[in-house]
Formats: sequence, structure tokens, C-alpha cells
Amino acid sequence: MRTRLYSLEELNDIPGTTVFNAMRSRQAYHLHKFCMSLMNPANREQFKQDESAYLNRFRMSTEQKQAVLDRDFNQLIELGGNIYFLVKLSNTDGWSTQKAVGSMTGMTPDEYAAMMRAGGRPIKGNRSIRGKK
Amino acid sequence: MARITAGIASSHVPAIGAAFDLGRTQEPAWKPVFDGYEWVRQFQRQEEPDVVILCYNDHASAMMLDVVPTFALGCAEEFAPADEGWGPRPVPTVMGDPVLAGHLAEQLVIDDFDMTLMNHLDVDHGLTVPLSLMFGKVEEWPVRVIPLAVNVTQFPTPSAERCWQLGVAIADAVQSYPAGLNVQIWGTGGMSHQLQGERAGLINPEFDQAFLDKLSNQTDDLRRLTRLEFLRESGSEGIELIMWLIMRGALGAKVEELHRFYHVPASNTAVGHIVLRPVR
Repeated sequence: MRTRLYSLEELNDIPGTTVFNAMRSRQAYHLHKFCMSLMNPANREQFKQDESAYLNRFRMSTEQKQAVLDRDFNQLIELGGNIYFLVKLSNTDGWSTQKAVGSMTGMTPDEYAAMMRAGGRPIKGNRSIRGKK
Repeated sequence: MARITAGIASSHVPAIGAAFDLGRTQEPAWKPVFDGYEWVRQFQRQEEPDVVILCYNDHASAMMLDVVPTFALGCAEEFAPADEGWGPRPVPTVMGDPVLAGHLAEQLVIDDFDMTLMNHLDVDHGLTVPLSLMFGKVEEWPVRVIPLAVNVTQFPTPSAERCWQLGVAIADAVQSYPAGLNVQIWGTGGMSHQLQGERAGLINPEFDQAFLDKLSNQTDDLRRLTRLEFLRESGSEGIELIMWLIMRGALGAKVEELHRFYHVPASNTAVGHIVLRPVR
């Protein structure tokens, strides 16, 4: 066996963080296909006219479709999604990236924006679940 | 022969592009960011580079769905700004350099970097925001650009050391190009930021400042950084900083730091910018 600098299990020790990998990429393939379809203005219009009907064109899971309808970005990431695909959805909604990202933190958009203006979320206490440092 | 005359690093936050495009650069929230790039705009007017090898990452605009290349080189004559969900940025089409790109493609694969070659590529904010910051509002970009897209999205990304070595190979390839071109290499993305989950909004100025400090002459420390350390310390999107090491690796052992800028925040992100000159 080759040696590794660290076990990949360590990636699960970062608090509030999901590391996007090949398995998740596959899990979210059809969700991401939907997201990238929104790079076309005609598709954006059709999605806005009837979101459910538009989503049914894609082989996404029921949970993924519901999370899109709910704009539940934490759930979309739980279901394999990656933020760079998902912002195609929030961009279509006219949201800023900050609003989309802040929506995952349990803070209001104003609270999140104020935290960022004040220097962002500190690293102290946010490095490790196990070590709580 | 072609020469690499400068290495430039910069964040590529999409909101900077939006503020630029909407004419909000003088608003209180944005003025400090744009003021931080005044120096480099002046620098570029004096330097007049012919070509920029621009290391950036595609944000699921042209790749990452069907194909996930670790290193992808743009070989086309031109690259259109991508529509990321609210229409393409109103910036000029990016003109490529297929002859130099072809030379790089050949040399890099011979030197064991198994590049993906892109004969069609729309470029997103990762590439066009740095161009706006370096050159301002222009009718056409004053340089040709060879996009070098790096996977920093899907784990495992290339390692810091692998990025460094790619930079070294790029330097060799440029040096063996017969035309007398003035070439710059840019590393973009970063600095610390996280765009997902409950830890979103993470900023680590100590990590960022140390990275900037070590970029000139303590590079061994940076080359040893693991993916885990980047993810933990600089946030899940802060790992974009590996692209700065491609730039730095291409500059050789000794550099002179000409300019540096650091500002928190732009939207969700710590903005970092540095200009380095290789010393031979």
C-alpha cells in the first residue's frame, strides 16, 4: 500500500463543510445538468413560467426537485450539489451570490452581510469538529 | 525567444465583475477594492504584455458536468464570455493565441503533464474579472490570453506541488518558443473563502497574509500545504490558491515583489493581489 499524508476521513472533520468529490458529482449529475441549462435565457424563461414542469425534464430525484423548489441550498449540497452549479439557480432568481451563500448559514441576509463587512467568520473554533479549535 | 516578464495573482470574485459592469466602482463598499488595482493598471500600461497565460477555474460554466479536467488549456482563436445565469458579462471577447497554445500543449505533454486541450471554451468570471481588474473598461483586451483551467472544485484537486511543477514546465515551454513575446502568467482565485454550508463566510487573514509573505522566498512551505490544510484553513473555495503556485512556479527561484494588496471582504471573499517580477 502507498502511504498517504492523511486519511480521507479527515475531510469529514471540517465543521459545516461538505467536500465535493466524484461520487457526489455523479449523485448530482442530473441536478447539475438542470443548473447548467439555466445558462440559456430561453430555458430560464421556461423555468420561471412553470418550475415543476421544467424540472420534470430532468432525471433528478424527487428530493432534489423539492430542494430546488424550496431554494434549500444546504439540502441541495446534502444531495450531492456543488455551489458553482447551484448559483446558476440563484443567478436566475436575481439573487447575489452572497444571498445564496448566506442562506446556508441560518443567518438573515442582513446578518450575514454584516458579518462579512466585519471581517467574515473567524477560523478560531471552526477548524475541526473533533478538536473543536 | 519568448520571456515571462511578470507573475500576477488576483482574486476573481464574481461580485467584483458585477460592481464593475454596473458602474458601482466608486461606491463605499467597492471603492477600496478597485483602488487596490490602480497600481497594476498603470503597471500594465508600461509593460504592454503580448500574451497572458491565465490560470483560473471554470465555475461549472464550460466544464465540470460531463467532463472534469484537472488541467485544461484553451487552444482556440477566441473565447466568448459565458452566460452564468444573468447574461454574459458585457466585456470584449477574449482573443487566444493558438500557435503559442499549441506549442505549450505539445511541450507540457512531453514533460509529463497530461493536459486536456479545449478547442472550444466559453470563459466565465474566473477569467474575465481579473482581466477587468488589470485593464479596466476597454473596447478590446490589449493582450492575447491562453486560458489554463484548473480543477479546484472537485476533490481531489491537483496538489500544491503538482501546480508548482506545472508552472516550472510552463516556464521551460515559454523559453523554448522562438517568437520574442512578452508573456505574463497570472494565478487567480482565493484568497480565503467558503461558499457553502454552515461555515460559509469563513475568512482567515492570518493564513492569507502568511501565504502572501511566503510567496516570494519561502515557497517550500507553500508547496508542502496539503489539500486538507487548504480546505480547513482557507475554506472550501480558498483552495483556489493552488493556482497562484502555478504562476509562482513559472517565475523561477528568485522574484522581486513589486506590489501587494489585501482587503476583506468582497462579497464572501478575502481579496488578495500581488505582482512579482522574476529575478534572473
